[in-house]
Amino acid sequence: MKFNKALCYWPALLALGGTLLAGTAQAQSGATECIAPAKPGGGYDLTCRLAANGLQETDLIDKPMMVSYMPGGIGAVAYNHVNGVRKDDPNLIVAASTGAAVNLALGKFGQYDADEVRWLGALGADYGAIVVKADAPWQNLEELMTDLQTDPGEIVFGAGGTVGSQDWMKAALTAKAADISPRDLRYVAFEGGGESLAALLGNHIQVFTGDLSELSSQLESGKVRVLAALSEERLEGPYADIPTAAEQGYDVQWPIWRGYYMGPEVSDEAYQAWVDKLKTLSEKEKFAELREARGLFPMARFGDDFDGYVKDQVAQFKQLAEEVGLTQ
Amino acid sequence: MFDFLIQGFGVALSPLNLGLAFLGALLGTLFGALPGIGPINGIAILMPLAYTLGLPAESALILLAGVYTGAEYGGRMSSILLNVPGDAGAVMTTLDGHPLAKKGLAGPALGLSAVSSFVGATIAILGLTLFAPLLAEVAVMFGPAEFFALMVFAFASMSVMMGKDPIKTAIGAVLGVMVAMVGVDSGTGVLRYTFGMAELYDGIDFVVMIIGLFAISEILLMLEHANRSDADEGMPPLGRVMVSVKELLFCKWAMLRSALIGFIVGVLPGTGASVAGAVAYTTEKRLSDKGNTFGTGDMRGLAAPEAANNAAAAGSFVPMLTLGIPGSGTTAVLLGALMLYNITPGPMMFTERPEVAGGLIASLYIGNIVLLALNLPLAGVFARVLTIPRWVLVPGIAILAFVGVYQLHSDLTAIYLMLIIGIVGYLLRKLGFSLAPVILGYVLGGLMEDNLRRALSISGGDLGILWQSGISLGLWIAAALLLTLPWLLPKLLSGKATDKA
Repeated sequence: MKFNKALCYWPALLALGGTLLAGTAQAQSGATECIAPAKPGGGYDLTCRLAANGLQETDLIDKPMMVSYMPGGIGAVAYNHVNGVRKDDPNLIVAASTGAAVNLALGKFGQYDADEVRWLGALGADYGAIVVKADAPWQNLEELMTDLQTDPGEIVFGAGGTVGSQDWMKAALTAKAADISPRDLRYVAFEGGGESLAALLGNHIQVFTGDLSELSSQLESGKVRVLAALSEERLEGPYADIPTAAEQGYDVQWPIWRGYYMGPEVSDEAYQAWVDKLKTLSEKEKFAELREARGLFPMARFGDDFDGYVKDQVAQFKQLAEEVGLTQ
Repeated sequence: MFDFLIQGFGVALSPLNLGLAFLGALLGTLFGALPGIGPINGIAILMPLAYTLGLPAESALILLAGVYTGAEYGGRMSSILLNVPGDAGAVMTTLDGHPLAKKGLAGPALGLSAVSSFVGATIAILGLTLFAPLLAEVAVMFGPAEFFALMVFAFASMSVMMGKDPIKTAIGAVLGVMVAMVGVDSGTGVLRYTFGMAELYDGIDFVVMIIGLFAISEILLMLEHANRSDADEGMPPLGRVMVSVKELLFCKWAMLRSALIGFIVGVLPGTGASVAGAVAYTTEKRLSDKGNTFGTGDMRGLAAPEAANNAAAAGSFVPMLTLGIPGSGTTAVLLGALMLYNITPGPMMFTERPEVAGGLIASLYIGNIVLLALNLPLAGVFARVLTIPRWVLVPGIAILAFVGVYQLHSDLTAIYLMLIIGIVGYLLRKLGFSLAPVILGYVLGGLMEDNLRRALSISGGDLGILWQSGISLGLWIAAALLLTLPWLLPKLLSGKATDKA
């Protein structure tokens, strides 16, 4: 019964295994690392893996990039960590997105603002979408906007984030484009896009301000209608038939970029090396495949260009938040 | 119409996929048994691996689905043996599972829970195969108002757990609700009870909560007893290791009812294994606990949550496969896995990629049988954990708890929180509180508040929305009956009796 005896000690064995798993996270100090400021499986995980898999498969790094998770504070914990502990780590990049910019604008990242880190670049983007159920009375954005203007209280918007989150911003900006105060908007916050879609299909909300990539299956089955894509230009592939909001006369754009930042005291050489690496990566054919598999559209902004882009965005969100009284 | 299933079995029975189903079941059991690593983490860890290995879509999905169902099996082990739930779905399993182990019936308890899990999962998979598209239509009819009514119903059914000390149960539930309030308010984005600490913005994580409340308080209790010379060693010698047919038959109705409840709760988007276990346990206690033996090691009290949490796991595939909407956090991650393979779940999947849809469902059948075959004979082996001396066991649990929480957050704040919650849990237990209401208040209270707020933002503050639909009205009536019947029924019956006399 040697086997049985060994199994008696399973907690010890498991503990050892667990420690080793966690230990690998600390061991490879020379290798590059990407922090996903969330739990495994979400959008930040995807952002980190896009860089990790891409750089690895195109041989731009020789050792595999490690992806570690630092959930907490909708990204604030990681932001503070990079600003406080790993200010100058040349091997560390952190995943970020439009959502992080919104939180920075609202002052949810504590004492730090957007100037505290070095914005590196974005490798891909998703776009917001105005979605209604397939049997809804509105055929285009204008019809919806007209009804919204006559009675904003009758049309309920919903999405997967709180008031003030990037999901809410899409609804608020859409309302603003129709000269409706975002404060009059009836908005319901769900937990994630899936729940919001379910609420849309069940007629509990009338308009869902979601992201295009999470809609692909719904589009195919014909259960929903996308009234407008919040992109700068018309997209390709399965989204080619969806008009942009701008085409329909409403100036609303909502790209959800997926990018990275580094610590504030990283040397210019290290920063530039990363910018070059990501730029090279974005031009590879292999990378385009990886990006598309993750439902992301092309976006390539790097270095100072990206840095300015993020800071402009944060300033714009700040202004919007003040207009609707979200910041004290 | 079941062509896809026949094709699916063809896919799932290929040697590679059969091996993967086995591997997934084994790994899943392990992930489930380890406190801190639940099905979500297990899948998130394996998903990139499956993708890098170049497994075809159906094989990857079979592996990951095996992990998911395996984790629901594994979660019960530490619940029964150590009074520490291995994952979210196994919280209610501690209530009767651990007392059974204390009676020396750890082997039969593990066996019974394996069979219950099997029954629950099988019924749910049958339901999934036969009624998936129909159920999906019903599931979306559950909006915020209906969910709120469902939570009221769940709290009402919790009143059976009040038992001998209703005030302590109520205080426990309120404490749980208060913990659920911490973090960014879901409606307005305002921070509540965060004391300016960014670590608290996301609220207190479920894993931190259960590991603190159960594992840490258990360790403290063990330490307290270790220092007493008169301490009884607690665990009686292991008796028989196999569950008897008689015991299984005794629990058959509990299993069947709970499987049904679990499946329904699982199908609803937004509620998962933990809610399923809670509703099934409290319903079963109300229906069949005549001798007031639930909570002291009643076999039915173990069978109910186990059947329900496995049924819920299978049930949450319904909205994912038919609507492309995840029914639980875990299926949300699985959905991401499908997207990596350029497969869009939804009704089209059954016609466009039948090998994936059919293969997945077939692999659920197969994985379930594998899990039963794996778990029944090993019950006796696992039960021997109880024979491990305290000086090995206590540090062992402590290491698992610390590693589990740290790997999840890579942050010391979570560890401190876990310790604080653990000390509070220990004090509560010393004061004679049951921990189940605390955890139920935490799970249900959060859902209840969110859905109430959502319902009211839909209606613009009009309370009428809460009982407008037939579903919510039915749930309100059921909740009212639950609360009043135990008090009314004896009066009515005795009234009749005196009439006759």
